[in-house]
Amino acid sequence: MSPRRVIAPLLALTVALGLWELLVAHYAPGSPFLPTPSDIGRWIWSALLDGSLISATLVTLKRLGAGFLIGAAIGIPLGALCARVRVVRDTLGMLALGLQTLPSVCWVPLAILWFGQEESAILFVTVMGTVWSVVLAVQESVLAVPPLYVRAAQTMGSRGFHLWSHVVLPAALPGVLSGMKQGWAFAWRSLMAAEIFVVILSGYGLGSMLHDGRELLRMEQVVGVMGMVMLVGLLADLAIFGPAERWLRRSRGLSA
Amino acid sequence: MTQSAENAVQLALHGVTKSFNGGAGQVTALEGIDLNVRQGEFVCLVGPSGCGKSTLLSLIAGLEQADAGSMLLDGEPVRTPGRDRMVMFQQDALFPWLNVLDNVLFGLRLKSNLTEVECLEVARYYLDLVGLADRERARPHELSGGMRQRVALARCLAPNPRVLLMDEPFSSLDALTRDQLYGDIQRIFTQRRKTIVLVTHNIREAVCLGDRVVLLSPNPGRVRQVFDINLPRPRRINDPALANLAAEVTAALATHLATSESVV
Repeated sequence: MSPRRVIAPLLALTVALGLWELLVAHYAPGSPFLPTPSDIGRWIWSALLDGSLISATLVTLKRLGAGFLIGAAIGIPLGALCARVRVVRDTLGMLALGLQTLPSVCWVPLAILWFGQEESAILFVTVMGTVWSVVLAVQESVLAVPPLYVRAAQTMGSRGFHLWSHVVLPAALPGVLSGMKQGWAFAWRSLMAAEIFVVILSGYGLGSMLHDGRELLRMEQVVGVMGMVMLVGLLADLAIFGPAERWLRRSRGLSA
Repeated sequence: MTQSAENAVQLALHGVTKSFNGGAGQVTALEGIDLNVRQGEFVCLVGPSGCGKSTLLSLIAGLEQADAGSMLLDGEPVRTPGRDRMVMFQQDALFPWLNVLDNVLFGLRLKSNLTEVECLEVARYYLDLVGLADRERARPHELSGGMRQRVALARCLAPNPRVLLMDEPFSSLDALTRDQLYGDIQRIFTQRRKTIVLVTHNIREAVCLGDRVVLLSPNPGRVRQVFDINLPRPRRINDPALANLAAEVTAALATHLATSESVV
């Protein structure tokens, strides 16, 4: 990455934060509703020092990882099944299409009733947020696999499971990967909703931290946690999905 | 040809018929096709688009099923796709997620009687045969169209099929590359004596490559005439004798088209 691409956003961020600081100091000094960047910075620093921010982030990431993996593990085979079997596509596929449009917060009341204020309620909401978009993405990308690949593989003696594992899925991989990326984004949103609304004692995550910030009227905590949530999302994109997609595209000659 | 008279019939088609349900109702793509292909013979199927030549190749490949008639490969009925009949398609159909060597290995690895070392040896032999031994690590997209079709050829030859089926494999290539591949195919055909069935709409190409040229006409697809090509190999596409023969086939095709249209 060229230094220009690092310096420009940093500079813009510094200017924006400086303006924010000045405007709040000038128009609403000491307001409990509008923290300044320095308030937020102080809170982040102290939360880093006492370890609470890191441990909350780790709790959240663990839930995210579990929810995302379960969602993908259910979604990929279901999506493949939808693509393979017409009846499943017309039933489960349609259901997935409907459920995908449903914001996952809507699952919170049911999750609490079914699972109680437990870890499993949070997991359920996260999985529900992930699984449908993965199903749809896998279904679409499997249906888009060029029939020529399948015909060529069949003449070489590939059929059944081998045809799926060695031809259909590799051919669909770019689409599956962007489905996973989308699923991840949905999992992240769902998990935040779940952590904010499902109050449980078995683990203190970022959502709970944000929720407590509101209860305690500590807006610098609320905004600080929001910053952390964005940072995690950004890092996952830059460090995992971005490079994976670029590698896949380059190795297949899909991008110049 | 004396050589083909000695060899046994490898692929025997009798009364093969196939129709499709199109938008305009039932369309008979092929009707009563009789064709015998001998071992080590190069047969070219030519005809205008819609004559069912590609359908016939798909039937032989087992990718589609005939409605009526029999198809025997060495006396065994053909029903499903199999490594004894490899197909070279119009597009190379190489897998973009595999490199050149792994593409060639794909069919070989499915042959249970070969060890990995033997597979590698065979794959490299055929890559060498098509002149791409030094590109085995390349990805398909890094190669030119002609190179990709050569890899596809190596991939088809590697599992040692009894019949090689070619569905207009040269039609998407530029003229220079095509001429080069005509040379390669003839060299490999002479060396390996493989039975080949090639589908093309390019009559010059058919005369250049085939021991026999089978002329099909459309509505419904039928075998109209068979030409024996007795020119010595290797043949060059610009050879005047070859051009004369091609003109003869073209004239025959025009006659058949005129008569079939007057019937309709």
